[in-house]
Amino acid sequence: MGRLPKWNEMQEGFITNTLSESINKTGTWRTFKPIIDHSRCTKCGWCVIYCPEPCISFESSGDGKVVIDYDFCKGCGICAEECPIKCIDMVMEE
Amino acid sequence: MPFKNLKEIIVRQDFFSPGHGLCAGCGAAQIARIVMKIAGKNSIMINATGCLEVSTTTYPWTAWKVPYIHVAFENAAAVASGIRAAYDALIMKKKLDKDVNVVVLAGDGGTADIGLQALSGAFERGDRIVYICYDNEAYMNTGIQRSGATPYDAWTTTSPAGQKTLKKDLMGIAIAHRVKYAATATISYLLDAANKVEKALSISGPSFIHWLQPCTIGWRYDPKLTVKLSRLAVKTGLWPLYEHYDGFNKLTVQVPRRTPVLEYLKLQGRFRHIMDNQEELAKIQSYADELATKFGLGPVTE
Ligand SMILES: Cc1ncc(C[n+]2csc(CCOP(=O)(O)OP(=O)(O)O)c2C)c(N)n1
Ligand code: SF4
Ligand code: SF4
Ligand code: SF4
Ligand SMILES: [Mg+2]
Repeated sequence: MGRLPKWNEMQEGFITNTLSESINKTGTWRTFKPIIDHSRCTKCGWCVIYCPEPCISFESSGDGKVVIDYDFCKGCGICAEECPIKCIDMVMEE
Repeated sequence: MPFKNLKEIIVRQDFFSPGHGLCAGCGAAQIARIVMKIAGKNSIMINATGCLEVSTTTYPWTAWKVPYIHVAFENAAAVASGIRAAYDALIMKKKLDKDVNVVVLAGDGGTADIGLQALSGAFERGDRIVYICYDNEAYMNTGIQRSGATPYDAWTTTSPAGQKTLKKDLMGIAIAHRVKYAATATISYLLDAANKVEKALSISGPSFIHWLQPCTIGWRYDPKLTVKLSRLAVKTGLWPLYEHYDGFNKLTVQVPRRTPVLEYLKLQGRFRHIMDNQEELAKIQSYADELATKFGLGPVTE
């Protein structure tokens, strides 16, 4: 990230010129990493809706499996705890 | 049309993006995301100062994909009233043809304490805003100081021996202002919460949602338990899910068999000092029993 704009260089309405915080890769916070066992996943969606980042979604292509964006996953473990069939494992980061 | 299943909510576009600095497992992030999924693109988000505000708007970034404004700790409702008035004027002058949702998300400190008079003014004037209090039961952003919404016996840094008063009844305060719609919510009953947000958005005057939010840091629990604690709050009867519409209260989630309050309290470090204190535990249980009687919940079953 280069020099930050001064107040008088900002866009109208003081809208910050970066569109989202998604350049802030919070995945580095993680100690435990959630791993989905896709052979058991029923694609129910509870992990998708409860992830606080949010960083779990249904893949738009292919067979629409549930994918985790590890760039942002903080490793809270909510997805694993709330998965009704317990097909997410939290494993220690390498 | 009320939401009938989870998929209908999931498919809604997200206007809250990852990369924010809220703690791992933060319940406020879940609320922000769900509220924005339902309010949608045509909304303006107003925050009071607090965890949600500081962690989603670190300069020069923003996690919000809708117009967003934060002014101060005490005036979120007044800011919302001003925005509402400006839009109403522009629409009246035919300079705008589309309406917006004016949505506030403010903490319990920003609502029950310092922001209460601004909120009372907005309620009293009948301003068409949706005011949602995300209640983590203390001033978390500044280091877990007690607020008027801190529950009885909870440890905070300014109630080191446990809070000795009961939580303020924010719903009672809203209802006393004769708001047309007020409701309680929490994330573990997702469809219930989503439908309440949808209903609040459709009301022609002010509407209020009091949303209980487990906080991993302030409540002292493993972050994976955020949803579980939200569920236990309802199952123990400590957080009855109900709505108030046009003068009447209605329970929206029945709890036929209540879980003893201990099951909820023992998972939270903020209640650790009373774990062996039968007298204090009995007081909290009897508070839950009182709420159960008031709202018509079922008996406790071990
Ligand atoms: C007038 C004023 N007093 C104090 C503060 C410092 N302050 C900032 S956030 C905050 C606590 C917010 O608590 P709450 O509304 O419960 O939100 P939370 O952080 O818990 O999400 C305080 C005391 C302030 N910003 N302005
Ligand atoms: S909660 Fe579990 S079963 Fe459901 S979609 Fe997620 S991983 Fe699959
Ligand atoms: S561990 Fe937490 S942050 Fe990571 S994917 Fe699961 S719910 Fe999301
Ligand atoms: S202190 Fe609590 S409310 Fe604040 S970001 Fe952390 S978990 Fe969320
Ligand atoms: Mg708070």
